[in-house]
Amino acid sequence: MKKSLIALGALLASGAALAAGADLGNTTQQATNWTAIVMFGIFVLFTLFITKWAAGKTKTAADFYTAGGGITGFQNGLAIAGDYMSAASFLGISGLVFANGFDGLIFSIGWLVGWPIITFLLAERLRNLGKFTFADVASYRFSQTPVRIFAATGSLVVVAFYMIAQMVGAGQLIKVLFGLDYTIAVVLVGILMMMYVLFGGMTATTWVQVIKAVMLLAGASFMAGAVMFAFGFSPEALFAKAVEIHPKHDALMAPGGLIKDPISAISVGMALMFGTAGLPHILMRFFTVPNAKEARKSVGWATVWIGYFYILTFIIGFGAIVFLMQDPAAYYVDGDLAKGLKGGGNMAAIHLANAVGGDLFLGFISAVAFATILAVVAGLTLAGASAVSHDLYATVIKQGKADAASEIRVSKITTVALAILAIFLGIAFEKQNVAYMVMLAFAIACSANFPVLFMSLMWKDCTTKGAVTGGFVGLIASAGLTILSPTVWEAVIGNPKGSAPFPYGSPALFSMTAAFATIWIVSLLDKSARAQIDREGYPAQQVRCETGIGAAGASGH
Amino acid sequence: MLDPTTAKLLADPKYQELVAVRNSYSWICTILMLIVYFGFILTLAFDKAIFAQKIGDGVMSLGIPVGLGVILFTIAITGIYVRKANTDFDALKDALVKDVQK
Repeated sequence: MKKSLIALGALLASGAALAAGADLGNTTQQATNWTAIVMFGIFVLFTLFITKWAAGKTKTAADFYTAGGGITGFQNGLAIAGDYMSAASFLGISGLVFANGFDGLIFSIGWLVGWPIITFLLAERLRNLGKFTFADVASYRFSQTPVRIFAATGSLVVVAFYMIAQMVGAGQLIKVLFGLDYTIAVVLVGILMMMYVLFGGMTATTWVQVIKAVMLLAGASFMAGAVMFAFGFSPEALFAKAVEIHPKHDALMAPGGLIKDPISAISVGMALMFGTAGLPHILMRFFTVPNAKEARKSVGWATVWIGYFYILTFIIGFGAIVFLMQDPAAYYVDGDLAKGLKGGGNMAAIHLANAVGGDLFLGFISAVAFATILAVVAGLTLAGASAVSHDLYATVIKQGKADAASEIRVSKITTVALAILAIFLGIAFEKQNVAYMVMLAFAIACSANFPVLFMSLMWKDCTTKGAVTGGFVGLIASAGLTILSPTVWEAVIGNPKGSAPFPYGSPALFSMTAAFATIWIVSLLDKSARAQIDREGYPAQQVRCETGIGAAGASGH
Repeated sequence: MLDPTTAKLLADPKYQELVAVRNSYSWICTILMLIVYFGFILTLAFDKAIFAQKIGDGVMSLGIPVGLGVILFTIAITGIYVRKANTDFDALKDALVKDVQK
């Protein structure tokens, strides 16, 4: 029952770790943890109560997609943080710090640096131009059908890969945290996220994300605080003790194997930095606030919370070294340091919760870790559903003539379909290596969604043909190169080590460049009548971008 | 083609100035962020020993304060931009929009 050792060490040694993302790996079922189950049950009841309240407020399409645009910047900042801080980043990064020290910090920095880019270049432009989805912005002055088809494809592909990783993570987590069966977790997550989105739309999703963010930040603050308290709030004392007892000793304080060659370093860095700015479920959150000012505040607060959270995970990782390694009998398999942590290397934060707060706090943190997944998948489902209903159904199929009622009906049907699909994929991928999927989602987001969004906003000569061609080039290149890279070619397909045709950690450097170059060249060569219209539309788009005149307002809440 | 408000704004030198100033502000912030992050990552890629070296007499390596510094820089530059855009730039923009819509 307790025999388990995550392959984290092996994964890191493969050099593919950074590209692989902080995944949860395979876990082994533990004894049933009733405290955690009860606490999670309370969370679920509370969120369902909120969903019921939200359902009463969700009447129009704007309510469903954007909570009527009535969320404040501060609330939205928390919700964005709740949307973005996944269980993998909480347990995975603290586990990485626990195993490797400094390398965990490099990782978390990568996940943070996309936010300023969104702030400086996108937040207010998104808010001023868009209504429900990022496709509204990307297609603003272009021919609707082709750009919407591209944007919906980009959104759905990103959502699919991100979702599979989350569902498999949920299944693995429930085995160690609650001691329940994998399938139960996947079905439970699928049904709950469906209920949030189906009945409560964006309002319920937002509040689930806000509550989760507050719980996660509070729990992590307590743990990090307890660790620092034990060392008289002296980082030096904490690090000195960790270096003394960790088998890696002084290597803990220095960069290890995470960053290999400069090409991979740049490429992975680009995927994280610009990928964040192309995630549909994140971009969608900017339409929930009333105006550009609140949009900027949202992303400002999100950056604060996410940055703070990553500092906490670093302290938690070091705290786990000190607390857990000194008590191997309680936290290690057979009480043997060599056999690894009970439940796997990613359980460092969970065991630390027990060490600093006892059983009750352990239950709380376990419930929070699981609730975290719910908040992320609810956001993903809503983004997927709106891509289908708003972009494909209302704009492409009905040519903008769909009535609101049928548009909402389509998004609800899509929500149900996505939930069933997510449950099915979660179960199908149980034994698969899904470590690459989150990074693939980021690679596609930065190579397809981001370039199209960026060029349509910033470059007056960009045309429909250029944007769509470049976007698809980026999408195909990033997915294709990922398959040819070691994380899939060797670790998933099982080809011999070193045989991957594409040797780098991420395709972003090449696929994103290809997308931008294609958009640029195709747009320049585009002499069609449509291109003329596209270019002539720029001044009006720019004025609305910069001033917000004519922007969709809050819908009277 | 353009509606009168848009045309009026585009021709207004105050509008042009606001757009130019605000855009250069966001681009400078973007470039600073790129320099800091890719500087950090490339230093690591080219020479790990730099961040491994000790500062002071204890175990503290240079990498830890630099890494935490990158996180704090990220938060700070975002905060500075949001503040500037939400006060100074927005005030200019609001005045402009009011002017044009009169």
